Amino acid sequence: MQLDSLYQEIILDHYRAPHHAGLADPYDVEVHHVNPSCGDEVTLRVELDGDKVTGVTHESVGCSISQAATSVMTDLVIGKPVAEGMATYEKFLELMQSRGNVEPDEEVLEDGVAFAGVAQFPARVKCALLGWSAWRDATARALAQNESQDAAQHEGVSNA
Amino acid sequence: MTDARTTFSSPLDLQSVRADFPILSRELAGGHPLVYLDSANSSQKPRQVVQAIEDHYLKHNANVARAMHQLGAEATTAYEGARDKVAAFIGAPDRNEIIFTKNISEALNLVAHTVGNTLKPGDEVVISEMEHHSNIVPWQMVCERTGATLRWFGVTDDGRLDLSAVDELINERTKIVSLTWVSNALGTINPIKELAAKAHAVGALMVVDAAQAVPQIPVNVAELGADLVGFTGHKVVGPTGIGVLWGRYDLLASLPPFLGGGEMIEVVRMTGSTYAPPPARFEAGTPPIAQAVGLGAAVDYLSGIGMDKIAAHEHAIVEYALEGLKTVPGLTILGPTDATDHGGAISFALDGVHPHDVSTVLDTRGIAVRAGHHCARPVHERFGMQSSTRASFYLYTTPEEIDALVDGLGFVRKFFKVD
Repeated sequence: MQLDSLYQEIILDHYRAPHHAGLADPYDVEVHHVNPSCGDEVTLRVELDGDKVTGVTHESVGCSISQAATSVMTDLVIGKPVAEGMATYEKFLELMQSRGNVEPDEEVLEDGVAFAGVAQFPARVKCALLGWSAWRDATARALAQNESQDAAQHEGVSNA
Repeated sequence: MTDARTTFSSPLDLQSVRADFPILSRELAGGHPLVYLDSANSSQKPRQVVQAIEDHYLKHNANVARAMHQLGAEATTAYEGARDKVAAFIGAPDRNEIIFTKNISEALNLVAHTVGNTLKPGDEVVISEMEHHSNIVPWQMVCERTGATLRWFGVTDDGRLDLSAVDELINERTKIVSLTWVSNALGTINPIKELAAKAHAVGALMVVDAAQAVPQIPVNVAELGADLVGFTGHKVVGPTGIGVLWGRYDLLASLPPFLGGGEMIEVVRMTGSTYAPPPARFEAGTPPIAQAVGLGAAVDYLSGIGMDKIAAHEHAIVEYALEGLKTVPGLTILGPTDATDHGGAISFALDGVHPHDVSTVLDTRGIAVRAGHHCARPVHERFGMQSSTRASFYLYTTPEEIDALVDGLGFVRKFFKVD
């Protein structure tokens, strides 16, 4: 087992200074996700503008892998359409489940390619996915919430 | 390190003990010899236990009690023989006081369901902040169901039960006191005998989670003064899939069944059933037969070595490990930092490195520890921690393995550049 392939310098950099850490206002939806088996926790806020991700901030306690993965995730989804963020997640998930047999796509995953080594440590894959699962959940809720608000507004307009 | 090293002395012949545990001579990835420091999670098994299980399955396998043929009789004799062995091992006055469950979680749920059935609003159940989740959640569930109030002992800064308000906590409203004997996270050994006396003085029952105690302390339930004591097979060098609940016979006989099914009945009619006396009343369905045989072999094995010697070894290793861990800069021990009343588990935090990362780096050197909250989240919260790394020891743990841990932690600090 190669420690250096697991703990690449990029991962340790994100761990020491995670991007978009600290919960920001305003936001559409806040979620709290945990890995019950280990106790890692992330609170994450999402702000959307239509179908574009305008803001993701988080406050998390956890290991270097989970913290760094959350940090990298924010860089990958902020400013992108939701669909593109979800597609990036699929790529990342595929990499995590590959056991090291998939060549990561740096075009799509950027710093996320540093997590290729995590796939060799099955016990740590869930760490790398915690922030992603929180973002997907928050985004799905934000879309649903904004949709129902839009619908209510339209209803309000037509009633007026 | 060398100071502590020279003072280490154990009554066990570690080389001959370790020869009984083939897994301990395994090599892991990278050619590292296994350093197994996770026995509080699950102990390793000596060949004698594995052979007893194999022998049972290959030569005597059948269902128990209901099978009338020769193999059935052999299996029944083996299963009931295990009950005798376990009863003798923990000093139970009556073999019918030993109930086999699937693990200690089931044993504690059995107690919470049956004893807890009689709780009503105004009644109180007392646990502690250092309990394993399996001695918290069943009580939360039964209190929610019955309207009883759950209360708990706090934990002092040095990781002991906070007994300053004991007479307020254990009062005339208290019906059940349920405490861990040895904390799986802090290693603290609690004064169960004194607390059982307090519980009985107000007419409450004393329940003991002995999952970490039975493996390392000579146990005599008759002298302990508790009413119900649970432990699990896989932490006493036995197999998984079997736990034990001991209870005073008159108390067990007064309790309703827990699970309904085969062998726990007397007469079943479509209009209603009557129940078998203990222990059968609490052993619905085909029991863990081979596991009981394995557990019987396990307690034979431990008795053969001597629980007093195992306890002395555990104490020596804990003392040695505490000394060693104190030499690691930036390391904070959770709970008691001296070996007095300290069981064979030490949890700690390492400044600047998350426990998962500690454990992964140690793992690449063949050192197996546990990282997380060890199913004891409240006590971590008590110390302002989300998780910790835990090293735990048993009769086969050597001082060299502790040295490997201490060296490994030095490497962890270098790797994460916190030194």
